[in-house]
Amino acid sequence: MGELTAAKMSAELEPWRVRYLGKKSQLTEILRGLSSLSIEERKEAGALSNTLKIELESAFKSKEESMRDSEMASGAAKDAIDISLPGRPFPRGRLHPVSQALGEISSIFTGMGFQVLEGPEVEWDYYNFDMLNMPKEHPARAATDTFWIDAPPNDRGWQMLLRTHTSPMQVRTMEKTKPPIRIVVPGIVHRYEATDATHLSMFSQIEGLAVDEGIGMADLKGTLHEFARRFFGPDRRVRFRCDFFPYVEPGAEMAVECAVCCGDGCRLCGGSGWIEVLGSGMVHPHVLEGVGLDPKKYSGFAFGMGIERIPLLRYGIEDIRLFYGSDLRFLRQF
Amino acid sequence: MKCSLKWLRKYVDITLSPEELAKRMTLAGTEVSHVEVIGGWENVYVGQIAAVNPHPNADRLRLATVNLGGEQVTVVCGAPNLVIGDKIAFARAGANLIDGHKGEKIMLKPSKIRGVLSEGMVCSEMELGLSKNHEGILVLPPDAPLGGKLSDYMGDVVFDLEVTPNRPDMLSVLGIAHEVAALTGATVHEPNLDYAPAGRSIGESVSVEIADADLCPRYCAALVTDIKIGESPRWLKEALMASAVRSINNVVDITNFVMLEYGQPLHAFDYKQIGCSKIIIRRANEDEVITTLDGVERKLSADTLVIVDPNRAIAVAGVMGGATSEVTPSTTAILLESASFKPSSVHNTASRLKLQSEASARFERGIRPELTLPAARRAVQLMVELCGGKAAEGIIDHYPGRRDIAPVTLTTAEVKRILGLEVSPAQIEKTLVSLGCAVTRRSEHEFAVTAPYWRSDLRLDADFIEDIARIMGYEHIPERLLSGALPHQNPNPMLSLREKMRQALAGFGFQEIITYALTDRQTLEKGLNTTLTVEPLRVAHPMSSEQEYLRTSLRGNLLAALSSNMRREEGAILLFETGHIYLPRAGDLPEEPEMLCGVLTSTGVEKVWRGRKEPMDFFDAKGAVEGLMAALGVSVEYKESNDAGLRTGRQAAIMTGNAQIGVLGELHPKVSQAFDLLAGTYLFEIQADTLMPYTLEAARYEPLPRFPAVVRDLALVLDEGVSHQQVVDIIRGFSLVKKAVLFDVYSGKQVAASKKSLAYSLAFQSPDHTLTDTEVDKVLESILKKLQTELGAMLRG
Repeated sequence: MGELTAAKMSAELEPWRVRYLGKKSQLTEILRGLSSLSIEERKEAGALSNTLKIELESAFKSKEESMRDSEMASGAAKDAIDISLPGRPFPRGRLHPVSQALGEISSIFTGMGFQVLEGPEVEWDYYNFDMLNMPKEHPARAATDTFWIDAPPNDRGWQMLLRTHTSPMQVRTMEKTKPPIRIVVPGIVHRYEATDATHLSMFSQIEGLAVDEGIGMADLKGTLHEFARRFFGPDRRVRFRCDFFPYVEPGAEMAVECAVCCGDGCRLCGGSGWIEVLGSGMVHPHVLEGVGLDPKKYSGFAFGMGIERIPLLRYGIEDIRLFYGSDLRFLRQF
Repeated sequence: MKCSLKWLRKYVDITLSPEELAKRMTLAGTEVSHVEVIGGWENVYVGQIAAVNPHPNADRLRLATVNLGGEQVTVVCGAPNLVIGDKIAFARAGANLIDGHKGEKIMLKPSKIRGVLSEGMVCSEMELGLSKNHEGILVLPPDAPLGGKLSDYMGDVVFDLEVTPNRPDMLSVLGIAHEVAALTGATVHEPNLDYAPAGRSIGESVSVEIADADLCPRYCAALVTDIKIGESPRWLKEALMASAVRSINNVVDITNFVMLEYGQPLHAFDYKQIGCSKIIIRRANEDEVITTLDGVERKLSADTLVIVDPNRAIAVAGVMGGATSEVTPSTTAILLESASFKPSSVHNTASRLKLQSEASARFERGIRPELTLPAARRAVQLMVELCGGKAAEGIIDHYPGRRDIAPVTLTTAEVKRILGLEVSPAQIEKTLVSLGCAVTRRSEHEFAVTAPYWRSDLRLDADFIEDIARIMGYEHIPERLLSGALPHQNPNPMLSLREKMRQALAGFGFQEIITYALTDRQTLEKGLNTTLTVEPLRVAHPMSSEQEYLRTSLRGNLLAALSSNMRREEGAILLFETGHIYLPRAGDLPEEPEMLCGVLTSTGVEKVWRGRKEPMDFFDAKGAVEGLMAALGVSVEYKESNDAGLRTGRQAAIMTGNAQIGVLGELHPKVSQAFDLLAGTYLFEIQADTLMPYTLEAARYEPLPRFPAVVRDLALVLDEGVSHQQVVDIIRGFSLVKKAVLFDVYSGKQVAASKKSLAYSLAFQSPDHTLTDTEVDKVLESILKKLQTELGAMLRG
């Protein structure tokens, strides 16, 4: 036992084990020789040598453990690595910031019972304008800068264009579906506008529509404020003001409190303290009539919001063209 | 629209601060984008020079005694133009001024100047911030009220309004006054339109004929003779200046003033230049010519409405007058036009001739024909008053487009239904009346409402409901969450497929990009390495030649994006885009199939510790597709393909069953050259629409194996031409083979020329018992035999 206690390296342990507990050790010899003894002697010697064996074994085990612990501790220092070296790179990819924002917004509305639909990007003027209370001679229609497609009108006299908003899907949906309707429509739209730091000829929008009996502006305000709470944070105040869009009446614009100045007015919000995020309103009676819904029975609200503005404002991006410039140095930041 | 507060105050009392008023108007629908304060001087009053005496201690300075009405103050002054009796701007201590020498803002303090205490200052234009002029003091007109605040006399606030297309009335000061009155509870005082006619009846001097009444619903004409053309009075110039309109002469200024006041554009003809004193309103003849006021000769077309005399065109209706009948300094008689033209006609003409003006902007928005008469009377009144004119008796008023407008029925129940807010009948009535509407109660809860003559946007009950809500304030509308039945939800599998593809590829290291739907022909062709077989849709008036055609493939844009990033990146670049392409269909909207395209390349080896050392190759592209398909749960096979954009022998069609869902491979050298890319650039393209049905199959569950697998390696020597697919097809034909994984491909010294070695790790497993070595050996032997006979495979020694 003394030898065991004195051992300083694990290398000394194994010879000790072989000597005292191994196949050729005295103890094993004794145990092996038991068979030649009488039953009485066998009992006594057996018990004795067994006790001894257990004692030796447990002493060995604990010595071995304590020695391993201390050797690990000292050995660790020797095997230590430079943990400040960079890790082996895993490839990293990201979704486009517009995809991210659209996904986030869609899922908030999905959570409120809205279904996500998509519609054609090349549209008929019939859906893009006529059915949205902008007949051929409507001034608002003239004001919208439109990319018309170089193609003859169809047999109904409809002209092809790049949709200027996602609103045509309001009409397409109401034509096919009986209320109750709750949809959101994300997608690409085009405006005939020179591209600069604040304007794009192609951008993304998300449209919303809820139609049923008994929907009022109170539902519009409640729903859109709830969206703002979930998207911009629970404490951001919102403001609704009257605004004009030909396919809604009454019309409303929703603004959220500027995140930078909290309503005091700064450069980002143009000093007003508010940032416009969406246009909305009660679906115009002419639009409902157009799709064969009785405007005295059904009512609904619609809204539309430009997507690029949101990350633009959230991150303080100074040039909107970066979104579709495919520059990895930009896209990797989101 | 710029609107002066001073001008506005002529018609409506305003007690709110300009900022508060701006906020209220903004919330009610007309955004005030800017509030410009002119003046705003504190402690500056109108004074009069009572005496000028020399300064006892300085030659250049004088002592001016200023009468402020109740008191007199003496101050030291260095200005050369001190004249006894002149009205001047006097600043008392505490006034905020601009330092006349340094140009900085200062606050005036009493000070001793060369031993004389000076308790104020006679101000120059510069000190008041009106101009850079510091030569002498500002001399005010004699009508300046003595002792009054200078800001009351000269100061103003100008609101810049963003007027929405439905509110042409907000392009007039009176219209704004009515809006302000409704918002604040004040009353509007419209101008008195009386004047004393002094000439013959107009019918004796002028005749008007409307030939095309569909484009001209109303035409009013008035005649004012004995006009003296001259400068406008100060108030008129100031009013125009506040609205950013240049003063020309008294007559033109009056027409502009009335346009700004009533929102009705007017035109003044030189009466003597109108042939036969007759005016006809008709469509232009094809190629009819007119020289407009700006001196430009313009060719008209048959859809342009013109004002003509029996000889020639004298104005383009609602857009611009002609040069021949222009008001000149020698004009003595004015024929005044106040008319109503069809909005779309004015719009088309103005945009075709590129002559958008204040007048055309108002006509385009659809102003009410009812405005023509009061506006004409107002202008005649002012011409009599300011130009010494004599007004002919009466005004010619042709009104072929007169329509009786029936009152709109409005119920309290409808107000509540649309707003979700209970508004009392009294409140409804009060609000509508404040807006100038005529309201009749039909019963306790029903009204008949007629819009005032200046509002063209109130037609339906919804329009009146909006006005009730916006005047009360949208903040009074409660908020509630949608409570009706949840609509039936239809699955949208494309949406979830796209989302899964995006997430998977981003997870593999691909960056998503979004490129323009519009592109150019060259980019499309370069990307596909063919001339286009499908003629893409073209926009009618492309903004630029780079954005002319709707893409029929994602490749070109994506490769261009890859190319532009190459210069800036080191190591691997992996990009993808999901989006639509546009395939024309005869007589219908194009088909818009959803596509996914990915591109990958490496610009040399990225110098990163423990980074990937080898460049991207075909098997990276294939790995991405395999990983993607695994993520979607779709099993695919690869077949040889011949896509023109990809290199022969290094491309494969991606098949599921018999359907090709995409293609992958190395770019054709011509394509990589065309986009300035490296030779080792790879691409995959998936037709998401074709793929989609296969992603809908539910995943199948297989119970976990109950018996262990036995693993054996198999190294084969084969002819170069034999494919891996051929080998595994045979191996997998044996039912006990659970897995066959290729772990080495070798060709070189250790095998014969034109031979290669493929090494597989095979796992054998039975669903019902533990396999013995003998059993496995037997299967392995049959596999080898089959490989030998069918593919000439040999076991590698």
